[in-house]
Amino acid sequence: MSKNVLILADVRDKKLRNVALECLAVARMIADGGKVTATVFGSSAKDLVEQLAHHGADHVITVSNPELDQYTSDAYFQAFKQVIEKVQPDAIFTGHTAVGRDVSPRIAARLGLGLISDCTSVEVQDGKIIFTRPIYAGKAFVKKAVKEGLIFATIRPNNIEALATDTSRTATVEDLVVSFDKDLLRTIVKEVVRKTADGVDLSEARVVVSGGRGVKSEDGFKPLQELADLLGGAVGASRGACDAGYCDYGLQIGQTGKVVTPDLYIACGISGAIQHLAGMSNSKVIVAINKDPEANIFQVADYGIVGDLFEVVPLLTEELKKVLGK
Amino acid sequence: MKPSGIEMKGDICMDILVCLKQTFDTEEKITIENGRINEEEAEFVINPYDEYAVEEAIRLKEKFGGEVTVITIGPERAEQALRTAMAMGADKGVIVDIEELEEQVDEHTIAQILAATIQEEDLDYDIILCGYMAVDDGSAQVGPRLAELLHIPHISTITKLHIDGDQVTVDKDVEGDLEVIESTLPILVTAQQGLNDPRYPSLPGIMKAKKKPLSRLEVDDLDLDEDEIAAKTETLEVFLPPKKQAGKVLQGELPKQVEELVQLLRNEAKVI
Repeated sequence: MSKNVLILADVRDKKLRNVALECLAVARMIADGGKVTATVFGSSAKDLVEQLAHHGADHVITVSNPELDQYTSDAYFQAFKQVIEKVQPDAIFTGHTAVGRDVSPRIAARLGLGLISDCTSVEVQDGKIIFTRPIYAGKAFVKKAVKEGLIFATIRPNNIEALATDTSRTATVEDLVVSFDKDLLRTIVKEVVRKTADGVDLSEARVVVSGGRGVKSEDGFKPLQELADLLGGAVGASRGACDAGYCDYGLQIGQTGKVVTPDLYIACGISGAIQHLAGMSNSKVIVAINKDPEANIFQVADYGIVGDLFEVVPLLTEELKKVLGK
Repeated sequence: MKPSGIEMKGDICMDILVCLKQTFDTEEKITIENGRINEEEAEFVINPYDEYAVEEAIRLKEKFGGEVTVITIGPERAEQALRTAMAMGADKGVIVDIEELEEQVDEHTIAQILAATIQEEDLDYDIILCGYMAVDDGSAQVGPRLAELLHIPHISTITKLHIDGDQVTVDKDVEGDLEVIESTLPILVTAQQGLNDPRYPSLPGIMKAKKKPLSRLEVDDLDLDEDEIAAKTETLEVFLPPKKQAGKVLQGELPKQVEELVQLLRNEAKVI
């Protein structure tokens, strides 16, 4: 049965995040011939309409109020709620990101809805929409469904393939001016401090180069960063490296910390504690570089090199430069 | 220095609530029996993110005076998590036993029960602290849901908390970047890793915790009917990911190994 589907498109630095396109792919499948509406917030919203159309949106609702240039729970909540009331969707999808993960539960609570968070795949079986999501940070998985009524889910970045760009697609556009209850804009962002390099987000990176206790110091991350930069990837870390103060906790990958599923995960000087494996073992291809041939990380690695990361990583960077012609 | 807005309340300066969940230790392996996660012989701990919330609550109490109440929902074993939090320094605990509930529960159920418990126990709050997610279900929903049900603002994934009067300033982790956010009490915040370094309970703390007040509630004690708390979602299946085969450990001179690795990544794995 065809459905009316709404997605909230995640924006970062005035550009659509990939997960917005991934949500569109889910929406197209669930819509089953029905209408897919994307809503996008902030003053750059109008510039993003075409890209949303090319990836599956039939209709785009832009909400350009300046209150939405910077994410706050309250402003996004009010705007999103008004969009939902207007669209009256059968299903809603957002990214499982700093935005979607934060605003969706509040919306669900207000509207009395179930919400299935952090989904890694979606299928339709006998008309029933079934979501797969990790539990215990990927040590196990569950299949879940919404019992009745509106379907609402957040989609984990980098797990569902976006539709190929179709430049012949167009969408109707509607600019919605949202009226805010100012008394209910209760948080103010005073300052934003950029700590991530080059905007490659760890949870969305195609390549992650990750360091453990074996990197030995803050400086020890430099060769890893070079390798990551060369591959357009991001640097991550194990809990051991974070606890030792070699890097910020924002980089931690594991059951506490971030869960990542890049195409390529390069683990450098990481022993592979079970809490770390939970955060990365569903990566598509895993390379382990470790001095200790008995290290656990080799159990989940597709390719392993037993050796000192400070020798191997620079060699790898040089070899890749040659092969990639950089 | 005591914040002025709070001082007026008299002896008890700050009413602090912490919602916590007891979870598997993160070092535990997961196995499945009869379609469910096998809990036998598992070690249980306070969910690590909730532990940051407990620690931060106790620091607030130490700074401003006041009372820390820890609340949990779960089977009887979860009482141990409350005792641990009280041994760290929380003053009292509330547990809502949901073992009698035959239906599945989800985040909607839990948020509804928490809100009703706060009401039933007449718990005042200037601030509510939760972990930003639980390391088992990992949905990150309950904090924001509870804030909405209580009609208060929330800020999630905080790594620093500063309170002055009724002014709240936090550092919020935004996927690696940082935002400095201001708001006012009452508020709900969820803790991200890096907020603090939780203390270990001391031996005297453990002894004292045994005598601290603990309320035991059942869902029937709350002003809720079954329809209100019925889960909105259902779990159809629990399964383990396919076991990964250990891969190829390369051999030979290091430069040759690196060369081979790049060829494999390019031609076999096709990821670069």
